[in-house]
Amino acid sequence: MKQIFKLAWRNIWRNKRRTLITAASVFFAVLFASSMKSLQAGAWNEMIKNVTSLHIGYAQIHAAGFWENRSIDKSLSEEDILQQLNEVEPEGLVGYLPRLESFALASSGDKSGAVLVVGADLEKEEQHSELSSRLVEGRLLEKGEPGVILAEGLAKKLNLGLQDSLILSSIGYHAASAVGLYPIKGIISFNNPELDKQFCYLDIQVAQEFYAAEGMLTGMVIHLEDNSQLDGVLTSIRGQLPPEDYEVMDWMELMPDLVEAKNLDEAGSFLILGILYIIITFGIFGTLLMMTRERMYEFGVLTAIGMKKWLLSFAVWIEIIFMGFVGAFAGIFGTMPIVAYFVQNPIDMSKYSEDAASTYEKFGFHPVFPMNFDINIFTSQAFIVFIICTVLAVYPILVIQSLKPVQAMRK
Amino acid sequence: MSIISVKNIHKTYNENTVPVHALRGVDLEISEGEFTAIVGPSGSGKTTLLNIIGGLDRPTEGDIRLDQTELSTLNENQLIEFRKNNIGFIFQSYNLIPVLTSKENVEFVMLLQNRPKKEMETRAKELLNAVGLSDKLDQRPAQLSGGQQQRVAVARALASKPRFVLADEPTANLDSKSTADLLDIMAKLNQEEQITFVFSTHDNRVIERARRVVTMVDGKIESDETFNR
Ligand SMILES: Nc1ncnc2c1ncn2[C@@H]1O[C@H](COP(=O)(O)OP(=O)(O)OP(=O)(O)O)[C@@H](O)[C@H]1O
Ligand SMILES: [Mg+2]
Repeated sequence: MKQIFKLAWRNIWRNKRRTLITAASVFFAVLFASSMKSLQAGAWNEMIKNVTSLHIGYAQIHAAGFWENRSIDKSLSEEDILQQLNEVEPEGLVGYLPRLESFALASSGDKSGAVLVVGADLEKEEQHSELSSRLVEGRLLEKGEPGVILAEGLAKKLNLGLQDSLILSSIGYHAASAVGLYPIKGIISFNNPELDKQFCYLDIQVAQEFYAAEGMLTGMVIHLEDNSQLDGVLTSIRGQLPPEDYEVMDWMELMPDLVEAKNLDEAGSFLILGILYIIITFGIFGTLLMMTRERMYEFGVLTAIGMKKWLLSFAVWIEIIFMGFVGAFAGIFGTMPIVAYFVQNPIDMSKYSEDAASTYEKFGFHPVFPMNFDINIFTSQAFIVFIICTVLAVYPILVIQSLKPVQAMRK
Repeated sequence: MSIISVKNIHKTYNENTVPVHALRGVDLEISEGEFTAIVGPSGSGKTTLLNIIGGLDRPTEGDIRLDQTELSTLNENQLIEFRKNNIGFIFQSYNLIPVLTSKENVEFVMLLQNRPKKEMETRAKELLNAVGLSDKLDQRPAQLSGGQQQRVAVARALASKPRFVLADEPTANLDSKSTADLLDIMAKLNQEEQITFVFSTHDNRVIERARRVVTMVDGKIESDETFNR
């Protein structure tokens, strides 16, 4: 067996140039594919991490049917839900963040705009997402303090600063009218253009008063240690809450658009990589065609002197795998440092192209891409190359199986 | 009792298109230890006959018995197995695996036979020594002359301890010095190891060395002479 590997290894270096060209094509494919995948995975991870940690969280509890039209009328009672949740203590749970969220019209002087009013317990939010680290100016609100924290983009749009006040008006719980004047206590930036354009925070009690929804919440964010505990926590919470009264949704259900965009993006790159690998496949196949033709005589001699065809086939298969892996491993080891570098030093699009950066911002992306160092990306590349080589090896193996030594050795 | 027994062999190529009758009724008996040359003009069927004897090709009609084995009863895999253990082959050229050294080439057939490593090494060295190449153990075929390559091929053919060796024009690409050397080696191994040699040739110098000369014309045996030398 060792000899078969030795034979295969030497055979691939018989035609050095051809092997190098073939291996180089695999090298570039793997290099390109794994950098692209790392970048893509990195961008999406960042995106998901941002969105979930900033606001949505990994999962939320609402009154049944709330999320569909997000009407404040489908609120739940804070007391009831806390009572229910007291019964379960899932592992990995940090706590629950009460929220009362609804839209309102914000105005100041002659400027106005739609805002998402987030009534929240800012102390708990602070634990969840280090809200204070996002403060650009001012401070967070005290419990029950009648003030507002404004997202940076919104503040710019309404031309407001720390000393100013904001008028919010909306329709409250059960069509009560809601109007309030709140001094601006802080300006916050999410580094996410979409959120920055529309967010403002009120203290949860203040928000409940504003919306005439005493003791009511539109939902609760489930605060976890990390994502990996999500499934377990959700199962035990779902077990406790009657589904006719409550809905418990994870981030994928909360943001189906995001999941869809991610899938679409991945399908797109799948297509590109697919085409890339098809090209590689043809390249390797060309090499195999030539190799098989040149070696017919030798195959004939080998079967003549008593080498079984399956053993010969195996030797040739090993040879092709070797050739593919020379390229694949070179590609993987070539990519690792690149990816490792960009994990530390995310690519900041705005440095390269204002246009590209602003396009990304329009879609709510912050144009900074860290790469994701995921060993699976590399092993899957090696696996793809292995599969391609194995499938292609079918050709020489078929030739060998039907080989007749006399014919093979006739020139 | 003969070690090779060929009875009424016919071989027709391209049966369905333009038939070529390469062999038309060949009978041949060869005993253990013979040193036989098959001669005849080009196209007379020498290669075809050797291929059929060696189990590389099947006759259209007729029987071949090698030792106790009727070749027609073996399937393809059994035939390969049979060749591995009983027949040594020397072809006209390009016998060797280019990426293996002389020693590795000789060891290769023994490897296929799953012989112990020690034994392979000793026998390979012994045989390469016998063909006068003890100083070329680690050279690859490309670094050897044509004559040296054919001598490695002889060593390889004998490595598996075959019952007999078939060689189709083993000297065709060699100069006269190399031809004489190769024949000396073959004759010596024939005598010392009692290995049966059957080879085809055009070469008069080779014919002169054979103790039996079978002459073929047009797919038939025309004469079969034995010499005492
Ligand atoms: N695979 C084949 N297909 C068709 N015809 C063949 C095939 N092999 C040999 N022949 C024909 O069979 C006849 C005998 O050929 P063979 O090679 O046995 O002769 P030979 O005596 O070895 O000749 P040479 O001295 O030139 O090597 C020739 O007419 C040849 O053209
Ligand atoms: Mg011939």
